[in-house]
Amino acid sequence: MSIATLSVRRKLGVDLWWLPRAAILGLLAFIIFGPLLNLLLWTVAERWYFPHVLPLDYGFSVWTRVFSPRGNAMDSLQNSILVAVLTVIVSLALAIPAGYALARLKLPLRSLILLAFLIPQAFPNLPVYVNIARLFYQIGLNGTITGVVLVHAVHGLVYAVWIATAAFSAVDPELEQAARSIGAGPLRAFRDVTLPLAMPGLMASAIFVFLESLDEFTGSYFVGAPDVNMLPLLLYSAGAGGNYQIASITALLLLIPSIGFMLIVERFLKADVLSRVGH
Amino acid sequence: MTKENFLELAEISAGYGASRVLDGIELTIAKGEFVALLGASGCGKTTLLRAIAGFVSPSAGSIRVAGRDVTRLPPDKRGMALVFQSYALWPHMTVAQNIGYGLKLKRHPRAEIARRVGEMEKLLGLDGLGDRKPAQLSGGQRQRVALGRALAIDPEILLLDEPLSNLDARIRLTVRHEIRALQKRLGITAVHVTHDREEAMVMADRIVILDAGRIAQQGTPEAVYNRPASAFVAAFMGAENRVELWGQPSSGRFEIESGPANAVCTVPLDGRPLARGFVEARFRAEAAQLLAGTARDAAPAGTLELSGRVESVSYPGGLWRHAVRVGDDVVLVDAGMAFAAGDAVKIRIPSDVLFLFNAPAASSPAPIRSRPGGEKSRSLEASEA
Repeated sequence: MSIATLSVRRKLGVDLWWLPRAAILGLLAFIIFGPLLNLLLWTVAERWYFPHVLPLDYGFSVWTRVFSPRGNAMDSLQNSILVAVLTVIVSLALAIPAGYALARLKLPLRSLILLAFLIPQAFPNLPVYVNIARLFYQIGLNGTITGVVLVHAVHGLVYAVWIATAAFSAVDPELEQAARSIGAGPLRAFRDVTLPLAMPGLMASAIFVFLESLDEFTGSYFVGAPDVNMLPLLLYSAGAGGNYQIASITALLLLIPSIGFMLIVERFLKADVLSRVGH
Repeated sequence: MTKENFLELAEISAGYGASRVLDGIELTIAKGEFVALLGASGCGKTTLLRAIAGFVSPSAGSIRVAGRDVTRLPPDKRGMALVFQSYALWPHMTVAQNIGYGLKLKRHPRAEIARRVGEMEKLLGLDGLGDRKPAQLSGGQRQRVALGRALAIDPEILLLDEPLSNLDARIRLTVRHEIRALQKRLGITAVHVTHDREEAMVMADRIVILDAGRIAQQGTPEAVYNRPASAFVAAFMGAENRVELWGQPSSGRFEIESGPANAVCTVPLDGRPLARGFVEARFRAEAAQLLAGTARDAAPAGTLELSGRVESVSYPGGLWRHAVRVGDDVVLVDAGMAFAAGDAVKIRIPSDVLFLFNAPAASSPAPIRSRPGGEKSRSLEASEA
């Protein structure tokens, strides 16, 4: 047998081996991207009903309706982003000192404290938020941006504190001591050494909190609605009303920060930070 | 305050929880002096350095710098600079930013910082590396950046925490001399922590040997090497060979009685507080002389002669190292020529290199001469460590 025929057979073998792989990959891609494609189609569909596989008419008339002053979309987007930004600020303002203390000081109850931040997640959301709403109603926080931000911050603090703890744990305490030993006060050493080195992790936690806030529905619904409109509420009412065009366009608006998030996380989050989450 | 007691440590004790790491340390360091804290790991030397630096607060005692009590001051208010074993360079700053940070804290003008950083870079042979990040430097360069960062602020006291232990053996030898020369030139008071005896000997004006949180002995390298105050110090300074003898003092001399492996010998007492009973004799492998067992000439007066049998021979370089069984003990002896394993040999140790201490076992009625098997398993290179 000559070398040429061998190599041909090997080539063929490789080609054949790729067939099932390609099929599985294609299927996987369809499972992941199929619904997204469906969503994209809905955003530009004017008329689309059963049994048609594709929309009958394409157009952007729904977009103009969504973005018209009466469409509430811009208002909701504004609210959503404002709440998300404020939630990030509140969460980080609490998570930076808390995470630093948990990482640096050998607190005896360290893991217990970390676990305590999970408690709001351990109970079913609905009763928790109903009670918060009742409480907020009494003190006049219901239907205010402040109220919604507080509810989101409770939720976001879990991520913020856990990731901040991991980020600060990843910074060698000797780096800070080196600054102290040549004349930096405690705050200065923290600002110049520990904080910049923990920044990638803190950025990641900020992004997590931002996205969680953007997506949050139950709390926004009970505390915010109907005075404070948020994108997920709009999505919900559109979806519940069978208006798939509006629901899809809203979903697409919510998708944009998610994709941006993935890109940023990929850049910022070092593996060694992630590996310390929960330590 | 005089120049002689620039840094004073009085009755320093410290501990983590119930365990005591430092126990009543008394130490006075003169201005411009280079002191090495030497000891095995866990002896408290790093804790002592960190207590001086302000990262460990002593449970008792006081630390004074130039007459000023700094015991309760935070690290940044003590006018000291610590060079860490890990170097602890800031990875997000360049070499120049690392070195200049201390000056930035003191709000020096930018131009002056740049000038000083340039000076330090030149002094430490870091020219042209100012814009690099620490990750782009070799181990030796990082070590010098760490040193430069500490020296840039003109500290009154430079603290060095095993700064050479992460370097290659070859670089380490040159950096020793570099640091020593720099310290002399700048006239800085330096406290250097190390577990490396040779490093301490080469670099320091004075060696402070720590054992279990206490000062075992302090003195010039020569004094500590030639006149160890205790069996521990003798062993730490390389006199690892140990045999037990019986003797008694008599009018300024110490008479060693003959034993199963040694002849009668009388050595000058030299003011050593030796009592009658078992003594632990310690000597270095290179200090003893090895002769064939058939040698007929008598040992010179004051020289201890042991007889034994060669167990194994190795060649660490320069001299042949013999493991010789003397009674129940195995000792290491260097000789210019190799004896074969199994040869009967005599070991002669002149009195000036023979360190005698009353054996701690002397209090018990039946002293244990050596743990069975314990000495046997000792490797030939043991005294190299």
